[in-house]
Amino acid sequence: MTKNEKPKFAMYWADSCGGCEIAVLNIHEKILDVDANFEVVFWPVAMDAKYKDVEAMPDASILLTLFNGAIHSAEHEHIAHLLRKKSKLLVAFGSCACEGCIPALINLSSKTEFFDTVFSTISTDNPNNIRPQTSVTMPEGVITIPEMYSVVRTLDQVVPVDYFMPGCPPESHQIAAVIDLVIQVLQGKAELPPPGSVIGAGGSTVCDDCPRKRNVKKIKKFDRIQFIVPDPELCLLEQGILCSGPATRNGCEAKCPSAGSPCIGCYGPAEGVVDYGARLMSAVASLIDSNNPDEIDQILDGMPDPAGQLYRFNMAGSLLRASKAAWQGK
Amino acid sequence: MTDSFEPVIIGFTCNWCSYRAADMAGTARMKYAPNIRLIRLMCSGRLDPTFVLKAFAGGADAVMISGCHPGDCHYVEQNYKALRRFHLLKRYLTQMGIEPGRLKLVWASAAEGAMLADTINKYVEEVRALGPLNWPTMEVKLFTAPIEEEVAA
Repeated sequence: MTKNEKPKFAMYWADSCGGCEIAVLNIHEKILDVDANFEVVFWPVAMDAKYKDVEAMPDASILLTLFNGAIHSAEHEHIAHLLRKKSKLLVAFGSCACEGCIPALINLSSKTEFFDTVFSTISTDNPNNIRPQTSVTMPEGVITIPEMYSVVRTLDQVVPVDYFMPGCPPESHQIAAVIDLVIQVLQGKAELPPPGSVIGAGGSTVCDDCPRKRNVKKIKKFDRIQFIVPDPELCLLEQGILCSGPATRNGCEAKCPSAGSPCIGCYGPAEGVVDYGARLMSAVASLIDSNNPDEIDQILDGMPDPAGQLYRFNMAGSLLRASKAAWQGK
Repeated sequence: MTDSFEPVIIGFTCNWCSYRAADMAGTARMKYAPNIRLIRLMCSGRLDPTFVLKAFAGGADAVMISGCHPGDCHYVEQNYKALRRFHLLKRYLTQMGIEPGRLKLVWASAAEGAMLADTINKYVEEVRALGPLNWPTMEVKLFTAPIEEEVAA
């Protein structure tokens, strides 16, 4: 890099929804600071750039890469390795890259079940029961598409990651603060946090930021937000609504519970939590107001999908990572 | 390598009851299968479900949780919390494809050394019949720094 060249910035989406890119654009006029301080060299959703352009760049020539999306295919894995090589700072950006997020819920099913759901349901017109193949020979030549893996992984299960920025998507004010910090580091006014840190988030739980009143929690029944009108002042868990606040990292200003909707855990595990769902399980199970095994089971029937609900954002980042069916790879 | 499968079972015991029951079994020279590795907690209520998942992810074939009989908890009612967590954990493990038989809850007082030894022996045979679990993450080092970074994400 010569002196008058701007540092380079890249952003990539693997298995993701695109919400992270919208969150970046949502920093409003701060995006002009990004443009003033960085040269955007690769950002598939915003500009035309080819993988071979990235391959041609010198190693470690991109200063900052925000990588969003989980690793679900050979293409995602290839680009993760490529961007790791070409970037100085690789940030796992958003819940998918940090912990798997919604795409990783596929880790509860086998690849066959997944493909059957997509290609053979009654609403799908697929009379010959065609399934995607990684390579197909056509008269014009061989067409290849990347292999889809049966187990979705987080970015740092594939390549070393410098920083983690949680959230689905990360809050725009947090993104703006992180970009400000990087700019200050470039100007020599600040220092980068220690490698491996979680950036753009708090160090506590959503409950700590939640304005609702808390008492002793004891519940006889799990309820769902669509079936009751919850008390606007009182802790949602006390009202039997499964709220993920106790296990979730703060940083969002407890937006959902403040608006009357339970926390669903998009900011991932709070500081010091090894397994997100286990922490939530621990908290939720202790609320149950019964000492009778049969009644406990009956109350737990009110939570029809514990794995999906306790690990909604954290399946790939959890200790077990995927169900046996997904691990079998078929 | 022989064909015989020796299950590895992690047993979480309570300082005030089941750990003493196991101790009593030992003092009385009762034998129980060496397949179980006992870990002492201060209370079954201390059992974070994380411990169970870490055991499975690290290569255990089964986990046994033991605590004081209902009503006898040294900390008044924490064994009931263990009971509730056990029920929820079992549902989660079933969804993950881990047989419910790989997680067991046993109530054992400090006087029940013989009963605990007998329960452990029977459980080892039950797990042997289930076969090895071999959870695919068992090759991953769960206690090294990079994983700590990952889980902090």
